[in-house]
Order: sequence, then structure tokens, then C-alpha cells
Amino acid sequence: MMLFMLLFSRQGKLRLQKWYMAYPDKTKKKITRELVTTILARKPKMCSFLEWKDCKIVYKRYASLYFCCAIEQNDNELLTLEIIHRYVELLDKYFGSVCELDIIFNFEKAYFILDELLIGGEIQETSKKNVLKAIASQDLLQEDEAVEGTLRDIGLL
Amino acid sequence: MYPYYEQDWSVLPPENNRRFNPAFNMATIRQAFTEAVERVRMPTPTRLRDLIRQIRAARTAAEERAVVNKECAYIRSTFREEDSVWRCRNIAKLLYIHMLGYPAHFGQLECLKLTASTRFTDKRIGYLGAMLLLDERQDVHLLITNCLKNDLNSSTQFVVGLALCTLGAIASPEMARDLASEVERLMKSPNTYIRKKATLCAFRVIRRVPELMEIFLPATRSLLSEKNHGILITGVTLITEMCENSSDTLMHFKKDSGNREIVPNLVRILKSLILGGYSPEHDVSGVSDPFLQVKILRLLRILGHNDPDASEAMNDILAQVATNTETSKNVGNTILYETVLSIMDIRSEGGLRVLAVNILGRFLLNSDKNIRYVALNTLLRTVHADTSAVQRHRTTILECLKDPDVSIRRRAMELSFALINAQNIRTMTKELLLFLEKADAEFKAQCSSGMILAAERYSPNSRWHLDTQLSVLIAAGNYVRDDVVSSTIQLVSSSPVPEQTYITNRFWESLQVSNHCEDKQPLLQVAVWAIGEYGDLFMYGANEDEFERPTESDLIAVYHKFLTSAQVSTTSKQYALVSLAKLSTRLQQCVEEIQALITSFGSHLNVDLQQRGVEFTQLFGSYKHLRPPLLEKMPAMQISRISSQNGESGGSFDDNSPDVIENGVELGGSSTHPLIESNMNTMGDNTNILLDLLGSTDLSAGASDLAMATDLSNSVHKKNTRNANNDATVSNNQDLLDLLDLDMSAPTTTPVMGINMAADPSSAANMNTMLGGLDLSGFGGGIDAMPNSIPTNGNDLASMLGRLNVAGGAPVHALAPLGSDVNSSSLLGELNPTAASNNVTVPPQGPKLTALDKNGLLVQLVPVPGSDCMKIFMTTTNSSDNTLEQYVLQAAVQKSFKLQMLTPSGSVLPPGGVITQEMRVVATSNAVLRMRLRIQYTLDGQQLVEQTEVSGFPEQQPAHE
Repeated sequence: MMLFMLLFSRQGKLRLQKWYMAYPDKTKKKITRELVTTILARKPKMCSFLEWKDCKIVYKRYASLYFCCAIEQNDNELLTLEIIHRYVELLDKYFGSVCELDIIFNFEKAYFILDELLIGGEIQETSKKNVLKAIASQDLLQEDEAVEGTLRDIGLL
Repeated sequence: MYPYYEQDWSVLPPENNRRFNPAFNMATIRQAFTEAVERVRMPTPTRLRDLIRQIRAARTAAEERAVVNKECAYIRSTFREEDSVWRCRNIAKLLYIHMLGYPAHFGQLECLKLTASTRFTDKRIGYLGAMLLLDERQDVHLLITNCLKNDLNSSTQFVVGLALCTLGAIASPEMARDLASEVERLMKSPNTYIRKKATLCAFRVIRRVPELMEIFLPATRSLLSEKNHGILITGVTLITEMCENSSDTLMHFKKDSGNREIVPNLVRILKSLILGGYSPEHDVSGVSDPFLQVKILRLLRILGHNDPDASEAMNDILAQVATNTETSKNVGNTILYETVLSIMDIRSEGGLRVLAVNILGRFLLNSDKNIRYVALNTLLRTVHADTSAVQRHRTTILECLKDPDVSIRRRAMELSFALINAQNIRTMTKELLLFLEKADAEFKAQCSSGMILAAERYSPNSRWHLDTQLSVLIAAGNYVRDDVVSSTIQLVSSSPVPEQTYITNRFWESLQVSNHCEDKQPLLQVAVWAIGEYGDLFMYGANEDEFERPTESDLIAVYHKFLTSAQVSTTSKQYALVSLAKLSTRLQQCVEEIQALITSFGSHLNVDLQQRGVEFTQLFGSYKHLRPPLLEKMPAMQISRISSQNGESGGSFDDNSPDVIENGVELGGSSTHPLIESNMNTMGDNTNILLDLLGSTDLSAGASDLAMATDLSNSVHKKNTRNANNDATVSNNQDLLDLLDLDMSAPTTTPVMGINMAADPSSAANMNTMLGGLDLSGFGGGIDAMPNSIPTNGNDLASMLGRLNVAGGAPVHALAPLGSDVNSSSLLGELNPTAASNNVTVPPQGPKLTALDKNGLLVQLVPVPGSDCMKIFMTTTNSSDNTLEQYVLQAAVQKSFKLQMLTPSGSVLPPGGVITQEMRVVATSNAVLRMRLRIQYTLDGQQLVEQTEVSGFPEQQPAHE
């Protein structure tokens, strides 16, 4: 099971955080700080795995963003890399060649996509198409509501 | 009018708009309306997009803070108004602010309001906020339960989806219990979108509350006969969790899982994945659904573990996966990696195992670092199953020791230790020594201890062994652990005389190298010990290898240098001082210089050194006649070896497990103490009485384990070297003292400073051996603590010491105050860290709360209310016949309490073994303490988790600050 996932920039700025384990806020910040510094200090040629406390850290850099996951001892590190990659692919499809700014300005969308891929730290859907379909339908639902709300507001409905 | 979701699409011509947007036109229209309305309605809040821009535009941290604070103040003020139409937008902004690290808890209740809204947009953001801002530590989180329950019954699948997703992320045990039946209902939903989410929710529910497993069992039946991959993968995940959690469920699935048996069913799914044609939906660079494949392989591993029939049924498919998987990409290797793990874990055929090890061999040569890492990792797990196969890759593994990547080096080091045997010990040691010299500080301790252990086990001869020991001490410098020092001393002391002379000479040579005495203090300690002990051989014995001896005054000059150097630690000086005293009876001329040097310590600022100075000075004065017998050579120490635990647990060198022990044999004197022989299991009744007294019911079987951790000299060392955390254990030691007084009826003579007591000539011999034992450990306080009871029966005390060893670190130190009223306060000051840092706390008597009593595992808590905090002593006993490994206890308390957990006494529970751990709870408000425990351990390589809740703790006043 994935314990948490962090996205941060090369400057060490946190871009996304998803915690599947309950930690106190202070611990979360401490973990984030520690991992960000450790990972940023690692050289590009090094392997993507870190042994950290009682879990394993799997991270991968995509352009200016680092994707970093903590998994349990029994979990497959290589598969976690695939999950990260799948998430990046989904973001890419959704935003159309995604960049860091997309995730900054639409962080909630990035969360929604992640939530359609993983639940409780385990993968729920292995088809890219299904994930994107679910997100699109929900976006549509929101759009309809927004238009309806606006129309009602100005008295057209 | 709910424009939290803004886009700047209007600025782009439609053909350039790369965004996925099924409602492009609608959005533009909406935007126009919104802006029109916003112009009329004042004031409108900043849009999320604008806020992010503002924050990003801030040039300094202070500027950013200002923007954020202003916005937060504004958001707060809108929260105060009821029924704000901007709530959704404000929460979205708050979530961004939260990500930047600013506090956002004031938005928790607003999130709840959003989730209760009827609008999907509100719910979507509301639940997102709830997942980010709420967790089980927040009391508010229970308020969401009702909302979740409503939404789980919604007719819109996406609303149900949101609720399930939230439940999966933040489910607390209470929530899990309340909503388990809803989840179970949804698991049977015909809608795959809901069904897969519900299945993973069930997984989380079981994680949190394993007892709830039962209710989900029937619903798992049909999961594996589905075609939809989402359902299959979530179903396999859920079943895996169930099987890992309880062996009963594992049996249940093996026997009956609906229409078909589970193993053939999984094999069928896997087969269709690898042999079925190309399916674009699930393809990942030529591999069909690797996610599902890996999950199935893992479940097969659990099902086939120790089950010949099940293993037989999956042999073929594993071979197919192992041979048919494309390995040019990470995906293929992912699957191969999982396959290898499965092959090694089940009762697979020999041929298959060879195939698996060969795959790992290929992995080792892979250019991808990640693949090499998992190869090393897996080899370590399989090395005990098939050493010779792994040995073939030894050269490659040794190459990995030089890798620039720390993760790979660590794995390679551990694997190297697992590969050492009597045949390759010389070459391996040579390589590892090279590694040790250049290794980072974090590796040095572990590596040196590992090498010493290997040398002890496989050394071809004692000369080589001594040389290796010396090289390790030189290479690892100050990072050497205390166990290496004591094991080296032990080794030297049990070597034949020519070897002792030889190694003493070598030690002397190594001390001549500049900086060695500051940078390599463990070496210094061992060296001065040897020179002191064998000073006569060293200076005047047979000189076979034409060693250039120093003159006596040179020797004393060197000692003078150590003893006055500011860089040399107190512990090393303690060694040096005792060594010097010993030398005074071994040298022929320089006795006065020695006396002068020792006397100068009579006014040393360090109380321990001062005490040694004063006491040894006595031996040059009125008790001169006692000096030679008191400082005689120590009897050879008996070597007892306890193999490290790199056996079943996958070869990892457990940091907690001491690698070498020396027990209290030499303390017990030469003759009468069979009780303290190396085998602690043979301890007599008295010991048990004492142990019972100490509050542990059945320590005797686990005693050897404890003894390993807490041999006298080691723990004494720790006392001397660690000086942290001074407030903790005074009361503990005191308790122990009371107990000791009570039952052991320790011979009560009035406490007199140590040496005086030795005036009774009959006990001089005893005293001698004791001193011998003591200076080994560098235990200053002990010198006066011990002789206290010698005149009557020193043996008793010695045996007490020996036995106390068994009970843990704390008792040993408790002896010190027993004897020395004179400086007991300072001793106590020094004593404190031991129990805490030694991890063996002795639970006092008190009302016991049984937290868990299951399968022979008994977890009991003894709360001891104190003035500032309540101490809770946890004792775990294992009365089953199995060894539990990697035992970890996690505890959680309500928010109104603060919980601090000290390090446990160990992580391995042999049959009859005991682990103790101390927790401290401070109340911040008036509330009744409840504690939730999660107990995790590995049994036969399987990880098991128990969860339980404990209440009934005594009331506690909140601490006032």
C-alpha cells in the first residue's frame, strides 16, 4: 500500500500531497522537508529507491517535477515507478502535454485524477481510458451546474 | 454564480485550445455571465487563479506571507457569514494556501458544509478538502461520517465515488465500523465504477479494523470471475490483504472461493493476460496490464507459501511468466521481479528456482540502477534458500560495494555479509576492508560489527583473526560500536601467550601513527587495555619478531599524552588509567612516574576519573601490599558466540541485535558460578524469583535474548558513553532497588568507599577477579559499588550481577547506588540514560491492562501515573511456539493527549520471549485516556497486524504549562 505521495519542484516547493496514512501535521511537514532535501541532493544517475525509516521511498523526476511515493516493505518498487508513470501519462492526456504550471494552477484537477487512479493507496483502475472518462464526466457535471447556476442567478431560469 | 472553476479559454482561438474541454462553448458563455454578474455584485473574492498568481509574484517569503495572511483573514471573515456562495472558491484557495504550509484548520468545518451541499461542484471540492484537512486525529472528522453515509446512498455514481474515495483515504476505525455495511452493500453493486471503489474501501476498512473482515468475505466470492480489470485488481488486492491478515481466511480462500478454486482461477486470469492478444486499453509498452499481473503474482505467493499442492498448481504459469516476459523495459522487469519473489517463496521446483536466480543474475548486470537495486534486495532475501547460486554472482556483488549510490552500497554490503563463508572469508574480508576504509560514517558501525562477527565465525586461525580485528579497528575509527571493542578484548584475552605478545606489539605500532589516538579511540581503548594487561610480555617477554620495544619512559610519555589530551574521550581515559595502574605492577623502573600521573587525576574535573585517581593512589600508599594481587592479569575470558540474526529474516543485520556478547563469567570469579555460564537458559530458581519480582512473568526463556542485548560490560559502556535524557529513569532504578532490598537481601554492610573494604585479606582474591572484570568494562562507578558486600559474600553479589545481566540494563546500574552513598547522586545522574537508551525498562507492579491476548501473543500495559506524565509500560510475551520477528507496536491516543514512545527493547520475540516498551502520556485537557494499538510482526515471513483499543487507564490531571 502506498503511504503517501508527494509532488515537488526542483526548487523544493511542494506541488501536491496525498496522505493515505494519518500523520500529525507536524510530522507531515517534517517528512516532506526531509524527503525533499534528501531527494534533491541525490544525483540523477542514482537509483530511484531510498530506504527510509520503515518504508521505501520511490521517486522519479519528470521535467521540473519530482514524484515521490512511500510504499511498504513488501511492495514492488518497480511497479510503483509504473504507477507514477501512469499518473504522469494521465495528467499529460488531461492537460495536453502537462507542465508544472498546469499542476500549480489546476492542483484540484490533479488531485481528482489521482483519486480516480488510486484509492486508499492502492490502484483502482488500470485502464487510462476509464480514468479519463470518469474525470470528463465529472467535469461535465460541474459545467452543467455552473451554467445552470449562472442562468438562475441572472433570472433566466 | 459558482465560478470557482475559471479558465482563460476566451483568450485562445478554439483551434489552439489544447485543453480537454467537452463544454467549451458553455464555459465561455458562463464566463461572460459570471463576469457581468461580478461587476454588479461587490465585493467579490479574489479568484483562485488570481490568488495563485499573486502568491507566485511575491518576491520574498515575507511578501508571500503578507498576501497569504490577507487572504486568510478574508476567507475567515466569509466563513463567518452563513450560506456564502463563495465557500467553494474560498476552500479551493485555502487548499492551495494549505499546500504552501500555512495553517488551514479553520476550513475544516467549511469543508463539511460543502460536502453536505447538494451540488456536485461543492461536494467535489468539499471532499477534496476533507481528505487534505481532516484525518482521524481531528475530532471533527467524525462529523463527516453522516455525510458520507448519505452520499454512499446517492443515486449519482460520481457522488458515491467521491464518498468512497474519501472513506478510503481518511477512514478511522470508528468510521470504518459505522460504514462497513454500506461499503459491503456497494461491493455488490452492478455498477463497476462503484464496485471497484467499494472493494478498495473494504480493503482500507480491514486495514483499520481487521475484525470487520468477516462481513466482506461473502462479497469477495464473485470478484475474481469478473472481466473488468478494475474489479479484478481491487478484488485481488482485497483478498491479498485478507489472506495476509489471518491464516483462517487464507484457509477459507484455499478451500472455497465460490464457484472455482482460487489458485486455478488466478492462474487462468494470469494466463489470459500473458497469452491473450494485444489489448490497447491495458497495454503498457507491450505488456498486458502489469499492475494486475503483479497483484496476482503476489497473491499466488501467499497462497503457495508452504503449500505443496497450491505450489504445484502454479509452477507452470510462473515458468511461463518468467520466460515469456519482455525484459527490455521497466514494466517487464517489474513482473519478473515479482515472479522471482513468488518462485522463491513457494515450494517451487528446483529448475524454476535456478531460473529465478538466473533472472536475478541478469538483473545484476543490468545497466539500470533500479533493476540492480532490486536484484541485490531480492538476492538478500533468497540467499539462505540457495547460497551456492548466489555465490556465483559474488564478484558482481562486490563491485556494487563501489557504487556511488548509497542505496545500492547498503544492499551490497548486507548481501556480502550473507555470502561470507569459511572458504571465501579471506578475500571477502579484504574487499570489505577496502569498503570500510572509504565508507560513509553511517556504514562504518554496521560494517565493522558485521566483519567482526564474520571473522569470529569463520576465521581460519587466530593470528589472522587478530589482524583482521586490528584492521577493522583502524579502518572504522571512531565509528566502531562498543561490541567490537569488547569482542576484541575478549579475543585477545583468550588467545595464547605468543599471540597476545604479537597483537600487543601491533597495537603499539598502530598507536604510533599520528592522529590515531584521537580519530580511532576504540583502537586506543583496546590497545591500552592490551598494553596494561600484557605489559610484562610486551616489555620483557620473548621477542620473536624482532619488535622494537619502547623504553619505559617512552611508554609513560605516550600515556601522559593520551591522558592529558583534550580530544581523547573520558571512556578512553578510563581505560588508560586502569591500564596505567596495571602497568605499575608490570614495569620495572617507572613506578614513580606512574604514581605521579595517577595522583594527578585525584583532582580531575571528571568525577569518575577523579575517583579512579584517588582510589588507585591508595594502592600506592597505605595499601601498597595489595597492589600486585589486585592488579593481576585477568583470567582468560570465555568466548561465547551468539550467531547474528541474519537467518530467516532475510539476512538483514538488525541494528538492535547485539552481534557479540560477553557475559558476566569473569565477574563471577573463577570457580563457583555455574549459574552464570554462557547459557542463560540454565539459570536457577533464584533468578526467576528475581525476574518475577521485576514484574515480568516469564522471562527465563527469553532471557538469552535479553542477555544478548544487555551484557554487563556493554551496558556499562553505554552508560559511560551516552549522556542524554537524564530525567527518565531515576524512579525506575529506585523501584528496582527496593525490590532488590526486599528479596535478594543483599548483604548489608555499611557503605564504605570501595578499596577500604578490600582490607580483609581473605577477600582479596575475589576482589582481584572482580577488578579484573571491572576494568574491562571501564566501569568507574562500579569499583566502589562492588566491594561493598565483598567481605561477607562477594560471590553472592557477583552472581547477582551475573543474573541481573539477564534482566536488562537497568538493574546492573541499580547496583551502583546500592553501594555508594557517598556519590550516589552523581552516579544516578550518570545512570539515568541507561534504562532509556538501553531500551529495557522494567515494568513496575501495578494494575495490568491486557491489550491483546491472541495466538499466544500477550500484550499488557501497566500504567503508572506520575506528576507530570503517566508512564505506561508495555510488556509483550510470546507463549506460542513460533518466533515473531520485526515486532512493532504503534500506539495512538486522542488528540487531547500527547504520547511519547520510547524505543522498545527489541523486535524479535522467540517462543517465551518478552519485549518491553515504555510510553509516556501527557494530558493536555481533562479527558479519559483511550489508546489504540497496532501491533505488527512477521511470522514465518508473513506480516501480521493486530489492532486493538485499550481503555481503563487511571485518570490523569492535565499538565499545566
